Amino acid sequence: MSKPGLDPSFLALGYRQLGEVALARAAERGVQHADFRFERNRYQHLAVRDGHLQGAQDSEDLGFAVRVIHRGAWGFASGVVLTPQEVRRVTDQALAVAEIAATMTPTPVELAPEPVHEDVTWVSAYEVNPWEVATSDKVAVLSDWTARLVRHPVVEHAAASLQQVQENKYYADLSGTRTTQQRVRMMPSFEAMGSDSATGTFDSMTSIAPPVGRGWEYLTGRFWDWDAELAEVPELLAEKLKAPSVEPGSYDLVIHPSNLWLTIHESVGHATELDRALGYEANYAGTSFATYDQLGTLVYGSPAMHVTGDRTVEHGLATTGYDDEGVQTQSWDIIRDGVLVGYQLDRAMAHQKPELNPDPSVPGAGRSNGCAYADSPGHIPIQRMANVSLQPDAEGPSTDELISRVERGLYVVGDKSWSIDMQRFNFQFTGQRFFRIENGEISGQVRDAAYQATTTDFWGSMEAVGGPQTWELGGAFNCGKAQPGQVAAVSHGCPSALFRSVRILNTTDEAGTA
Amino acid sequence: MSTSPQELVEHALATTTSDDCVVIVGNNTSANLRWANNSLTTNGVAHGLSVTVISFVAGRDGTRTGSVSGAATTRDQVTALVAAADAAARDSSPAEDAVDLVAGAADPDWADPPAETDIGVYADVAPMLGEAFGTAQGGGRLLYGFVNHEVTTTYLGSSTGLRRRHVQPTGHYGCTAKTADLTQSAWVGGATRDFAEVNPLAMEAELATRLAWGAREVALPAGRYDTILPPTAVADLMVDTYWSAGARVAHDGQSVFSRRGGGTRIGDQVARAGVTLSSDPTHPGLECEPFVVAPASSNTSSVFDNGLPLARTEWIADGRLSALLQTRHSAVLTGQPATPAVDNLVLAVEGSSGGVAELVADVERGLLLTCLWYIREVDPQTLLLTGITRDGVYLVENGEITGSVNNFRFNESPVDLLGRFTAAGATEPAFSREWGEDYFSRTAMPALRVPDFNMSSVSQAR
Repeated sequence: MSKPGLDPSFLALGYRQLGEVALARAAERGVQHADFRFERNRYQHLAVRDGHLQGAQDSEDLGFAVRVIHRGAWGFASGVVLTPQEVRRVTDQALAVAEIAATMTPTPVELAPEPVHEDVTWVSAYEVNPWEVATSDKVAVLSDWTARLVRHPVVEHAAASLQQVQENKYYADLSGTRTTQQRVRMMPSFEAMGSDSATGTFDSMTSIAPPVGRGWEYLTGRFWDWDAELAEVPELLAEKLKAPSVEPGSYDLVIHPSNLWLTIHESVGHATELDRALGYEANYAGTSFATYDQLGTLVYGSPAMHVTGDRTVEHGLATTGYDDEGVQTQSWDIIRDGVLVGYQLDRAMAHQKPELNPDPSVPGAGRSNGCAYADSPGHIPIQRMANVSLQPDAEGPSTDELISRVERGLYVVGDKSWSIDMQRFNFQFTGQRFFRIENGEISGQVRDAAYQATTTDFWGSMEAVGGPQTWELGGAFNCGKAQPGQVAAVSHGCPSALFRSVRILNTTDEAGTA
Repeated sequence: MSTSPQELVEHALATTTSDDCVVIVGNNTSANLRWANNSLTTNGVAHGLSVTVISFVAGRDGTRTGSVSGAATTRDQVTALVAAADAAARDSSPAEDAVDLVAGAADPDWADPPAETDIGVYADVAPMLGEAFGTAQGGGRLLYGFVNHEVTTTYLGSSTGLRRRHVQPTGHYGCTAKTADLTQSAWVGGATRDFAEVNPLAMEAELATRLAWGAREVALPAGRYDTILPPTAVADLMVDTYWSAGARVAHDGQSVFSRRGGGTRIGDQVARAGVTLSSDPTHPGLECEPFVVAPASSNTSSVFDNGLPLARTEWIADGRLSALLQTRHSAVLTGQPATPAVDNLVLAVEGSSGGVAELVADVERGLLLTCLWYIREVDPQTLLLTGITRDGVYLVENGEITGSVNNFRFNESPVDLLGRFTAAGATEPAFSREWGEDYFSRTAMPALRVPDFNMSSVSQAR
């Protein structure tokens, strides 16, 4: 099969000429920096419930953005009318915004240098563009899934959904960089719901399949065994409905990648965004306990903890060739042997902290590690998360071997509820399935469990990580950040891992309804 | 060449080959300023124009629908959207929520152009904000914040004759202040329709007062506390309650509003007597779209309901659950009236008056929160929510605020709170810190005193 290429319908949109109009206009006004971004993002969301199509929507963002640094301040404007006259008007708007901002920007904005990338293209790794598949075929798959689920007597209702995205971007700046890119991602999911007539309890269980940077081939069974999971989930739900409520207390946990990815996202991924550490998100998403003065000294976790930032891993949701500031993407260490050693950067951050990612071609300067991203042409690029992943132990154990090391504990599979504080200290997570571990063996599920910890205590309690055979790439489509709010898709790889003495709550007790 | 929104609607309706069609055009302009460390950071203006075409194709096995949205500004672009929507409908499966489309006529203001905003909305605010930066800097404080104003004009037309237009201004402001050593934090924020009443200097002064409350720091352990939730924190919780009030999921036995054994809890006492939770598109200061706009169907909305008039709806009346979010389709399933979602929410407690200060005055020893954050559902059956306190938890002793307290993680059900609060203030405009900015800003709430609010653990976050 030939490698997918750039969508001809995007290439036909005439964005290059519009970009040159914007950059020429900005140059006339003597700006320090200007960039032009043209995007078309296509989305499709399909939802099926109990075999019936519940909702189907195709949508598309199409437009352009002009960003300038003028008189030392940022100015940004965007538009949707695709004419040279409108591009000139929007460029003038961006300059006007910068002029207002300049009076209240005491420290001039500067960007870290980046090599010029002249007219480069990049397309993500997928085989079949989902837009080439008939909607009826997709709905048929989802309907089949719900039909198979409700065949089980415990399943009263079943839902299935599919989200897919094709993201096209063109970027041009005054230094001469021109990038054209295309990314495809998919998020299929299903959920089975049931109740126990004896107790009146209801519950649900979902697929643990991760969203991926792949095409329609993800639904064919080659990369995820949907048949096996569809057969397994009703049985697991039936077991969960009859399961005893967890006894709160301290437990050893073996956490599967389908749950641990989200804990990594919240407690490591966001905490090591440099814009947060420097206060730029203080009014919204929050700051970080991992402050810059602790770089190289903060003991984040146990020596088994090695975390990387990576925007290059194949099929990752945050993977791309060049970021939204024209920076070629990279991978790097964030935590090595349990110690904080790196952050995620955009060009403005990299200029402030050149020692984080020194640019060998410009002595004394730093380079962004490629984490600028905007979710639409109407939004300004900000520092967003790379694929932040926990590395496996090259000679590490299997999940079963990790479980065998636990005398009294829980095996946690699948994500569900999550919450963490605004400096990323205190968190609480639940899961799809909590299996009791007794004397090194699984002995059925328990209900109503949540684990709660402080980030450094939790990662400090990680005794062992599994081997590469346990490593999976999880992730999310909907990570929120910034004002105005933006969403980003991001993947997190991790192995199974063993944590000692973690606090387990009983959520029924917490609700006061025991 | 650009075309007016009304022309785009008419062009789509004239072009479609489907049996019926609904077209929604949204013209959105916005302007924002953002700041951190007493300095403006990322600022911008934007113009968006989205067109949604929903095609309906009748067949022997039911009606199929296709919904396609895009940033169309020309007839040619709309023609492409219509073709895609028509094709999507023919390629789809029968919709389970199919009912007759809403009929009607044209609104009197249908022909009016879109209303818009721009950076000029901050003509008075921006200079004061610059002055506030200076005041804060001089006082050893750091300001972080954001103001956003947007105006969306919606045009909705249908093949059944509906032509509806609505202008929705939405604005909000929020500012966090920290002491120079970053050990104390405070927040103020609110919603506004036009920024006429927003005064950054007054905001900075209020933040300085709150930071001063932190001169005495008190460490308290996890536990259940006599807690005053100000209107903003009540809004944080009530928005979640509203979003969980879907009739379909309740009827299917999957929410806190499900009756064990089958059906919904409509008619049940779910809150204290005197409690009313309602929505009303004409509520003064919280005016919102008076008709349904649904680009896609879901558990709580239906594309077939587009244009359906909205009216005041009491979700909880005198403590009893009186309505859930109903499409016309779910209304048939549940045997209840159709009560679609309305884009505002008001909680009122009969006989209540005063505000946070009056509630504080009656507390011997307890906590006063500022706002809640990162609120997520833990258990739908009880609507147990978890989240964190943020930017100011204060100790109340003998009716006075005497210091600041560490943050906590809470685990609580807002439905349960409505049954056990012991005192309430008057209802006032209240902006949810968690949900107000991106999702749901039009709320009015009272302060509530809850005697045993569950602080599950301590957070070190400042």
